[in-house]
Amino acid sequence: MRIHLAGVLVDDQEKALRFYTETLGFQLKHNIPLGRHAWITVVSEEAPEGTELVLEPDEHPAARPFKEALVKDGIPYTSFAVDDVEAEHERLTAKGVRFVQPPTDLGPVITAVFDDTCGNLIQIQEEKPQP
Amino acid sequence: MDVYRAIADPTRRAILDELVDRSGQSLFELCSRLIMKHGINSSRQAITQHLDVLEAAGLIRTRREGRWKLHWFEGGPLKAIGERWPISTDERELEK
Repeated sequence: MRIHLAGVLVDDQEKALRFYTETLGFQLKHNIPLGRHAWITVVSEEAPEGTELVLEPDEHPAARPFKEALVKDGIPYTSFAVDDVEAEHERLTAKGVRFVQPPTDLGPVITAVFDDTCGNLIQIQEEKPQP
Repeated sequence: MDVYRAIADPTRRAILDELVDRSGQSLFELCSRLIMKHGINSSRQAITQHLDVLEAAGLIRTRREGRWKLHWFEGGPLKAIGERWPISTDERELEK
């Protein structure tokens, strides 16, 4: 068994595709129209054959209250690995991304949390080398 | 809520320590810091209750910032302690 897909629930798939590709830098993998929505996945250019992130519509009536409750408490919907949180924070801030939590040293990891503009907070995480 | 009871609890003191380190934190950031830096793995609900106590004592304030809620340290109420029990009476003499 392998983990092939992970997903985020987004309020607008087209806007999400722009944010996740143009701003974050992921690559489009699939964009298959399915009625009013589309099957859209992106991958990291560092791992184009790796886990795909599905940009799923948050249409279910329970989805938005759930997302809003997470955002209110600053809880990220998911987390991405980066080599350098500080550098990513600088790069994304320059692109207008809003961070709810700037880079924070938590001991074994450094994390930061930003707004994906589609109704989610996303954490980026850098693992520090173990002494 | 009196300030003495509010700071009597070690978890609440750790919360204040972290808010002094960086003011304007979400509940998630606070909980992450408490578990990673202090080994305090209380539930989010328990931390929320501690935050309510601190807010009632005037030691923190909260504000909705866009769609998220952030917490700030407020040192004001602690001033009363120093005024009630000055560090030394000699010091008061020196100030004259």
